[in-house]
Amino acid sequence: MKDFIIPIKDMGTPARVGAPVTLTVDGFSVTVPAGTSVMRAAAEAGISVPKLCASDMLEPIGSCRLCLVEIEGMRGTPASCTTPVTPGMVVHTQTAQLKDLRRGVMELYISDHPLDCLTCAANGDCELQDMAGAVGLRDVRYAPGANHFEQRGPEGKNPAWLPKDESNPYFTYDPAKCIVCMRCVRACEEVQGTFALTIDGRSFDSRVSTGTDSFLNSDCVSCGACVQACPTATLIENSVIEIGTPERSIITTCAYCGVGCNFEAQMRGDELVRMVPWKEGKANHGHSCVKGRFAWGYAQHQDRILEAMVRDAITDPWRVVTYDEAISFAADRLRALQAQHGVDSIGVITSSRCTNEETFLVQKLARAVFGNNNTDTCARVCHSPTGYGLKQTFGTSAGTQDFDSVDHTDVAVVIGANPTDAHPVFASRLRKRLREGAKLIVIDPRRIDLLETPHIGQAWHLGLRPGTNVAVLTALAHVIVTEGLYDEAFIRARCDWDEFTDYMAFAADPAHSPEATEALTTVPAETLRTAARVFAGGGNGAIYYGLGVTEHSQGSTTVMAIANLAMMTGNIGRPGVGVNPLRGQNNVQGSCDMGSFPHELPGYRHVSDDTARGIFEAAWGVALSQEPGLRINNMLDAAVGGQFRGLYIQGEDILQSDPDTRHVAAGLAAMDCVIVQDLFLNETAAYAHVFLPGSTFLEKDGTFTNAERRINPVRRVMAPKNGYADWELTQLLANAMGANWTYTHPSEVMAEIAATTPGFANVTYQMLDERGSVQWPCNDAAPDGSPIMHVDGFVRGKGRFMRTDYIATDERTGPRFPLLLTTGRILTQYNVGAQTRRTENSAWHPEDLLEIHPHDAEVRGINDGDWVRLASRAGDTSLRANVTERVAPGVVYTTFHHPTTQANVVTTDNSDWATNCPEYKVTAVQVAPSNGPSDWQNDYAARVLAARRILPAAE
Amino acid sequence: MSADKLIRMANQIAAFFATQPGEDAAQSVASHINDNWAPPMRGALLDQIAQGAAGLQPLVIAAAPAIRKPKPPLPQA
Repeated sequence: MKDFIIPIKDMGTPARVGAPVTLTVDGFSVTVPAGTSVMRAAAEAGISVPKLCASDMLEPIGSCRLCLVEIEGMRGTPASCTTPVTPGMVVHTQTAQLKDLRRGVMELYISDHPLDCLTCAANGDCELQDMAGAVGLRDVRYAPGANHFEQRGPEGKNPAWLPKDESNPYFTYDPAKCIVCMRCVRACEEVQGTFALTIDGRSFDSRVSTGTDSFLNSDCVSCGACVQACPTATLIENSVIEIGTPERSIITTCAYCGVGCNFEAQMRGDELVRMVPWKEGKANHGHSCVKGRFAWGYAQHQDRILEAMVRDAITDPWRVVTYDEAISFAADRLRALQAQHGVDSIGVITSSRCTNEETFLVQKLARAVFGNNNTDTCARVCHSPTGYGLKQTFGTSAGTQDFDSVDHTDVAVVIGANPTDAHPVFASRLRKRLREGAKLIVIDPRRIDLLETPHIGQAWHLGLRPGTNVAVLTALAHVIVTEGLYDEAFIRARCDWDEFTDYMAFAADPAHSPEATEALTTVPAETLRTAARVFAGGGNGAIYYGLGVTEHSQGSTTVMAIANLAMMTGNIGRPGVGVNPLRGQNNVQGSCDMGSFPHELPGYRHVSDDTARGIFEAAWGVALSQEPGLRINNMLDAAVGGQFRGLYIQGEDILQSDPDTRHVAAGLAAMDCVIVQDLFLNETAAYAHVFLPGSTFLEKDGTFTNAERRINPVRRVMAPKNGYADWELTQLLANAMGANWTYTHPSEVMAEIAATTPGFANVTYQMLDERGSVQWPCNDAAPDGSPIMHVDGFVRGKGRFMRTDYIATDERTGPRFPLLLTTGRILTQYNVGAQTRRTENSAWHPEDLLEIHPHDAEVRGINDGDWVRLASRAGDTSLRANVTERVAPGVVYTTFHHPTTQANVVTTDNSDWATNCPEYKVTAVQVAPSNGPSDWQNDYAARVLAARRILPAAE
Repeated sequence: MSADKLIRMANQIAAFFATQPGEDAAQSVASHINDNWAPPMRGALLDQIAQGAAGLQPLVIAAAPAIRKPKPPLPQA
């Protein structure tokens, strides 16, 4: 790709797997797998054949005719990118004939290219420029004539000239510089899978086209794969146009979703020029989405608070103070609360956005310094049922596969997840597999975009009624057991057979048949039976799921049902199969691993486990509580009740993200000391007494653990604007409360994690530097880490089948609230939007919309774009309607990215039976036409404005 | 701690374990609560049971003897 400034070796064509083939290139013997191109074989031998249209991210098309070679015994000059190697082949890449041909080709290219290299944004970073040099082009003999780059010709306006398309906020398309190599078109198809680009016209009229008037109005999802693929300045980042080319790069990890893409942060001085997905990144292999690649401007946003602030009451304006003053203020208040209301009256919320090391220290603060186990994290409100359900059935609280596993999947089951929006890079990888013929089963109330994958093969949509996951999954199990589709050999070898026979008898009950449950779930019985047969008999079956599984009153039961399905079909323990929770946040896996839950020490060991507690007591030199602490929702309940008084919240906006906003607000308002550590004055900060400025992932060292248990390094690329990394502030607070922590670098925290947590025993920063990343468990038993778990046996010994009876949620529709609301995420925004709303991503999604079926809209007199009031028994809010058949009649859907909408005013305090994970995905609501924002929204806006007042600094 | 909410949560736990085979369901309910509920929550639930257990499922009541009683909280040293 654009690798002149910061060289990344591009091998020309993708790697192949095959038997070794030996050939000779320019006299050097080289051995490569069968199917490899001559170009790649030459690159393996260290010889770069000139090329323009080839890239090792894309399948070759042999279009540019620059990579011609001579092969002994073969006529003509074949393109090396499309010619596969054969045994004994003798290749010459540089002959008199080839030199002439290449120079002729380059002369033609340059005859239709503006020679404005010095002022071109890609100057010094342009493959066309490089190739002109490589082939020794010294002269262009063609006289001026028809071209694409001159705005005006001898006869006036040049009809072949097209203006730049600057509609996308992050990159510019300049048709004048296009050489029609089709790399952008192929990247959009092969890498991203969106098929938004094509080549319009033929020959001289060929143009890259979105099929619409602009990139912004097209199907383009702004992933940037085309920009990365472009060899010239035709598609280029606006940041490069504004700043210039970068001069060095630092490998780091994205801080958005749980895919955990590795990036090169390309820098000039301490200015970040662009983020380029790292080709060696094991999760993303050189691809990214619009958030990771482009939406990092929030780090420099003017809204960032860079100084500590305190106030005595939440009705006061903020006072800017020194860090010392803020830390003592917080420490004194917390200690006073404990003295007056007991040791258990305060707690912490660790962040799933911060690093493992930071999270480890925050839970350590609670356990070792506060002296209680009142620690929780936002995994409570997303994947806590995954932790519980998989620990019960498999013995470990994590997904079973790596993302590469999807390349071997034959049947992908996607349940309650919307990967194209929430996990876009994984979605691109899955779409690639679907185009190769893998089958797709989607279990979701909405018709998600994955079902619209171009060139998809067979796919089934089980559009269930929200809240009936367990009934649908048990019905799938019913079909598998009653039709004898289970894998008896696997079950006998790997699971407890008696438990399976019990489960078999349970599932075989006619009450669980698809026919019996159809009225409840609305899934046609025949479709469900087909899906069960395809999953059980279609080869490697992999289940991918998201919060549509966990955020229900039966979230944990649903996870168990998923584990049951994987076990009974033998889909565990090898590539292509498994149970794969798609984690929402960059480090939600890590925050769980690091002991953020109130009942579990790091490594998922219960606080009542004397051995585990002993390890930490010895390491920390204090006695630890053996009683489970409070979960987030319990903390808020206890706060309203007056027993819980102080909370240290690192990097989480519970007011906007947690359900039943009024209840959260009441809990926060009842506390005497709320410490918010964040980048911005978020919604929760309106109820805070101490504000500590957070740092971004660009400003600190550490690690994130992604959804595949991969520990990815995060590296500091610039100094923290606020002066401290988050872990340093936690250490200051701990020490102000009497601890004696002396960490000078996060690597020392990782050493403590490794010493106390068996799954991390062999993890060091040095190892991460050498290998790039590693998947836990990584210890003496698995020194190279563990891409796939439960290979020879389940972590708990025998896999455990558990009965999964459907129990209806208390949240029911009725005459007052006849519709079911379910919530989710959209591609360009991220969760509460604190980051993405402060970037140009708002060009795509400036507000939350309510999706409603045309039938439900019509009977209520609602038109597309109208303001509507959305009400539940918890509260009401107003937003605009989007009338669409994507949701079924009776179901409405919205996102929760914008604080002005406050979708969580409407969600209720129902929760999962085992973990208290809130039931975001099912709320009974009514929708009615409205004139605009509700009273709550207006009051809230005024209150937030007042809560954000900052006193001018004293002169 | 709101009693209504604790009762609802305890009943949800009981509803799950009531569906499981073989084991002592009351013991499972008690273990789940012991493992996951902070002492004040357990105390408040036991208080509800002591006060007549209105609204609680029989399985929760059956689990009560095995639910660990919280120790009185110690003031900060």
